[in-house]
Amino acid sequence: MSPLVYHALVGFVVLNAVIGMVTYVTLLERKFAARMQSRIGPYYVGWPHGWLQPIADALKLMMKEDIVPRAADRWVYNLAPLAFLVPCILVFATIPFAPGLGVADLNIGVLFFLAVSALEIVGLFMGGWGSNNKYALLSAMRAVNQIISYDLPFIFAALVPVVLAGSLQLSVIVEAQRAMYGAFVFYPVLGQLAFVAFLVATLAAENRVPFDILEAESELVAGFRVEYSGMKFALIQLGEYAHMIATSFLGALLFLGGWLGPGPAWMGPVWFLLKAVVVFLVVTWVRWSFVRIRVDQILAISWKLLLPATLVLLMATALVVALRSTGGA
Amino acid sequence: MAETTAQQTVEIGYGGTERLVMNMGPQHPSAHGVFRAILTLEGETVVAVDAVIGYLHRCHEKLAENLTYVQYPSIASKTDYVSAMTAELAYVAAVEKVGKIDVPKRAQQLRVLVAELQRIASHCLWLGTWCMDMGGALGGGATIFLYAIRERELVLDLFESLTGARLLYGFHQVGGVRYDVPAGWAERCRQTIDLIGRRVDEYEAMLEDNPFFLVRTQGVGVISRELAQDVGVCGPLIRGSGIPYDVRRTEPYSSYQDFDFKVPVETAGDCFARYRVRMVEFRESIKIVRQALDGLAEGPISSRPGVKSVGQVRIPKGEGYTRIEGARGEVGCYLVADGGAKPYRLKWRGASFSNLAVLPYIIPGHKIADVVAIMGSVDPVFGEVDR
Repeated sequence: MSPLVYHALVGFVVLNAVIGMVTYVTLLERKFAARMQSRIGPYYVGWPHGWLQPIADALKLMMKEDIVPRAADRWVYNLAPLAFLVPCILVFATIPFAPGLGVADLNIGVLFFLAVSALEIVGLFMGGWGSNNKYALLSAMRAVNQIISYDLPFIFAALVPVVLAGSLQLSVIVEAQRAMYGAFVFYPVLGQLAFVAFLVATLAAENRVPFDILEAESELVAGFRVEYSGMKFALIQLGEYAHMIATSFLGALLFLGGWLGPGPAWMGPVWFLLKAVVVFLVVTWVRWSFVRIRVDQILAISWKLLLPATLVLLMATALVVALRSTGGA
Repeated sequence: MAETTAQQTVEIGYGGTERLVMNMGPQHPSAHGVFRAILTLEGETVVAVDAVIGYLHRCHEKLAENLTYVQYPSIASKTDYVSAMTAELAYVAAVEKVGKIDVPKRAQQLRVLVAELQRIASHCLWLGTWCMDMGGALGGGATIFLYAIRERELVLDLFESLTGARLLYGFHQVGGVRYDVPAGWAERCRQTIDLIGRRVDEYEAMLEDNPFFLVRTQGVGVISRELAQDVGVCGPLIRGSGIPYDVRRTEPYSSYQDFDFKVPVETAGDCFARYRVRMVEFRESIKIVRQALDGLAEGPISSRPGVKSVGQVRIPKGEGYTRIEGARGEVGCYLVADGGAKPYRLKWRGASFSNLAVLPYIIPGHKIADVVAIMGSVDPVFGEVDR
């Protein structure tokens, strides 16, 4: 089998797996939120506990009328969901699910992930601009503000394990965390602090409460996607959740030792998935317990607190690594 | 002074020259009904706001002229549908004042009881919707909202077993109340308010230990003492601005003078101060409900017979104004009677109406996100604004 066919095949499988995961992660989130809010959540569609609900939602969205506002910039408006979705899905290309299991374990994996996931802002801004709606425009403005402010701390936090492992390749980063008895080292202090910073930046990058000023449905109704309906809305939603899952995977790989865990080798992907779910649920937990903060406060948190903190953390990590290597030599 | 500053566009050194006029409402997730705010924006900052009301006008005052004293109390509850008990009470109190009708002790205490339960229910809804304004329907705000609604349901259950209705009760009638407390109700009521008292502690812990909540509310939407007096805001708004004005205390009605309660006052005048006032009011209301249950006098619940015909209440010619402290502030009812079975003229003074008037003074200079926080802290109910 030629490598091209192989990669195409794996890519196809991963793509569908991502879509499947997105579908069911919405159910997971809804059930989790329902528990927090002393509700039951989806229940009736599919026995037991509404497990068919995501399918029903997807079908409903497909059957909805596709509305294009008359005043919208048609090209920009129609292309925006795709421009938003593609980078969100593309980041999965470099995620290894187990040693050798993944589309492409690039030697610049982390860099690829960070670069491509930052591209989603283009689609987002296109959507906000092309809708020709004031709410959407304001939301697009906020989006640009926020992404610029939070990509830097996000990158700096993600670079801490990179520096510790000495590689940009995700599988190498994971192997560097291997400890005894199949456990992983949750890099003491430095890595743990970086993990916290990573989670905060993740909340902002994923536009979740308390940093969801883009969507801000009590102020901007639905933000940049206020005019989207039907399948275009579904694509944006898909992209958002895909991004969320991808970031959870990245967190699990960088900080929680990916597939490392007790048990035989085939348990690897299971451990990986579990860790990613934990990261996702922590983010969800924060989302459902905080109120949203204001745009100026969000920027202040990023530039005055998070960015200097992650920068110092990164420098400290570099110092530690440099001292370790000279001490060893 | 007041008129000119409201119309003025507050100039803020933003640098940009382009302004955006944005309609918030009448259909908007945080319009609390049908409120339309025409915002002039410079970037994210609101430089001017034009408030438009009237989308929920239902000719309540005209309706009152065409309905008898027996019929109207259950319609009066539709003016402020979130706090229906106090709206009814304002109307029947006005009729009793003009008609010089006595109310038995037990009925007065029952009125206090339901009014305070209603205040708890209304504040629950306020807390939930306000937090949802700030936290989003897809975030922590929705969590608080569902908690608060859960407690509101408990109070509504009590009302349901008392009157048979959950939202618009028709509990009051001229001369007293229509229903007496059913067997076992008092015990259920005690359990419910104990539970709510504990839950209010939980809300406070969840909100006040949360720095994001604090930065969203402290120093936002400050109503100064002078402004509060000039505009004539009432209820938790004026008490949040440092003026201890509460009709229950300044002009006791319906045996409030027999009850021991505090009137909470905060001096900061911001959203957080108004929040604190209402949180204390939760507790004070619980205290009053307990006292009312303990000291409930025996005797008739009405000085007049139950409803036999719609025209059975006739009051002599005269006019009078009564005011009571609703959940949102002073609810007034001015009644002119001509000796028939229907009022000649009725005028409502809605608490939300005068409270909303403060918005154009305090919103300019804030960000869009603060607009919804301030709106929510005012706690308007548009049935009462437009009537």
